[in-house]
Amino acid sequence: MNVLTFVDAFFSDSAHWHGYDGIPQRLLEHVQYTLLALALAAAIGLPAGLLTGHTGRGGNAIAFIATAARALPSFGLLVLIVVTLGFGLLPVMIPLVVLAVPPILVTTYEAVRSVDPAPVDAARGMGMHESRILFQVELPVALPLILSGLRSAAIQIVSTATIAAYVSLGGLGRYIVDGLYQRDYEKVVGGATLVALLALATIAVFWAAGRLAVSPGVRRHRT
Amino acid sequence: MIRIDSVTKRYPDGTVAVDRLSLEIPDRSITVLVGPSGCGKTTTLRMINRMVEPTEGTILLDGQDIQRRPVTALRRSMGYVIQNAGLFQHRTIVDNIATVPRMLGWGKQKSRARAAELMERVGLDSALAKRYPYQLSGGQQQRVGVARALAADPPVLLMDEPFSAVDPVVRKGLQDELLRLQDELGKTIVFVTHDIDEAIKLGTTVAVLREGGRLAQYAPPAELLSAPADGFVEDFLGADRGIRRLSFFSSAALELTVDPVITADADAGRIAASGTPHLLVTDADGRPLGWAERREAAAGPVDTERLLPHGRPFVPGTDSLRAALDCAVLSPTGWAVAVDGTGRVTGVVSQATIAEAIRTAHTQSRAEAARQAGETGEPRDADAADRADKAEVAP
Ligand SMILES: Nc1ncnc2c1ncn2[C@@H]1O[C@H](COP(=O)(O)OP(=O)(O)OP(=O)(O)O)[C@@H](O)[C@H]1O
Ligand SMILES: [Mg+2]
Repeated sequence: MNVLTFVDAFFSDSAHWHGYDGIPQRLLEHVQYTLLALALAAAIGLPAGLLTGHTGRGGNAIAFIATAARALPSFGLLVLIVVTLGFGLLPVMIPLVVLAVPPILVTTYEAVRSVDPAPVDAARGMGMHESRILFQVELPVALPLILSGLRSAAIQIVSTATIAAYVSLGGLGRYIVDGLYQRDYEKVVGGATLVALLALATIAVFWAAGRLAVSPGVRRHRT
Repeated sequence: MIRIDSVTKRYPDGTVAVDRLSLEIPDRSITVLVGPSGCGKTTTLRMINRMVEPTEGTILLDGQDIQRRPVTALRRSMGYVIQNAGLFQHRTIVDNIATVPRMLGWGKQKSRARAAELMERVGLDSALAKRYPYQLSGGQQQRVGVARALAADPPVLLMDEPFSAVDPVVRKGLQDELLRLQDELGKTIVFVTHDIDEAIKLGTTVAVLREGGRLAQYAPPAELLSAPADGFVEDFLGADRGIRRLSFFSSAALELTVDPVITADADAGRIAASGTPHLLVTDADGRPLGWAERREAAAGPVDTERLLPHGRPFVPGTDSLRAALDCAVLSPTGWAVAVDGTGRVTGVVSQATIAEAIRTAHTQSRAEAARQAGETGEPRDADAADRADKAEVAP
């Protein structure tokens, strides 16, 4: 039996499409964890990145965070947190957010820093307030890069959110964890396939967001 | 009026960019700051809109210390144009121009209408309105930059090397456009450049700065050329300042002669009557065709195929003595051809006659300088003008 037969078997089994352990339900849970973690990470990373990028202060701290993040094992972190905090949603969210903040923070900082200083100078010279300079001059130009930071954070969350299953929560990780435990490889492969598909869907969503939110003047400027 | 009163700028690293600079910038005129790279032109300009704060000294706008005005209000009363325009790449051209009106709370429609009006003012095709900056040439972007600075009709316009990134032909167009705009709008313009020719062309008054941010000379362009304050200014003006100064003398008073001018079908008697070695041949309408050797012309009908080129003619009164001299120098016969506004020959003039006119013009300007110095009690300038003129006219 090869992987494709597993996949085929998993998806054609009608039992996998219903109930609390059905694909729609697990997919919904997974998307919920992802959105929650991404929203929390963005709520921390975006303002911090925009502010440090605009003022140019805190570059060293950002560089430190970027390096530290690369060395951080998210699964190890989960185990550590579960040991200290016990089971629940919080121990899952912490590693996911910790994982997602650095790419958002670092790319946002870099994106704002790399905006051409001439229009910013012109804006300041015409008497624009600093907040307006950030949101109306720097942000629209930095947006494609900021979105790419959010996108890689989102993809990392999607694949890492499978760890929720280890602390008896739902999501697509359930199939993988349960499948491994039950030696049901059809389930394992099916779960992994769903995670991969969700990651692809995430990329598509960000591509669409970029088309909608980024000015044609900026999009074409870059090519 | 903007009064810069012994202003010094020392940057945190100790660099003295501007050193006890005092300037009075009159209203409704173009004041040019010129000087070699690093002499503090940008710093001076940016102190006027408080993008840079002076270390010492004060700057007064209409008698009021600019420190006492809220910084945003001050900047909104001054248009600001920079090199490469600094347009907002995510906004269309009309939205770029409408930035300040929108910021001041004008409605969207009113701001756009104003932007459209300004596009026309600065010579931009209305078809460009919906484009993005990347779709415009450098010269067009610079026009948008000027329009954007003018959008809320500020009384003051600060321009930092606005035309230095475009090619010479486009630059000349932009300069002419600025002079035309200034005729219409009468702004108080402070213009920074490192190009002395641009300074002389645009400036009502020119401030020459030297290394270390000190003022070398502050004078109208003609005076700068006739009486440079010292060796630095003289070097900065370049080797041909005597020639360039002729731009400020009118060619109206040149004595033209029509003796050597003949039409293509002239008879031999008319040709023999003229006493010059060359004859300017015109068509029946009086437009120049070229120069003929008198000997050849006298021998028979003029062969219009074998004429010497007449070169570029000048228009007396409209063109300067410099243009007239240039025509004479470039002419194969040494004679400049004068035409009227429609291109018909009004006469010719020799290099000797132009040289005579230059001497007369110098004498008159010296007398004028002396008279003005007498009124203001500053004999030094007249002396300097005198010395400079003698140096120039001496063979
Ligand atoms: N922020 C700064 N910190 C330190 N020194 C500065 C700063 N800005 C300018 N300077 C220095 O001040 C001097 C004047 O600079 P400024 O930009 O005013 O010159 P400029 O006349 O405009 O030159 P250019 O023609 O090259 O634009 C230079 O020596 C420059 O290195
Ligand atoms: Mg400069």
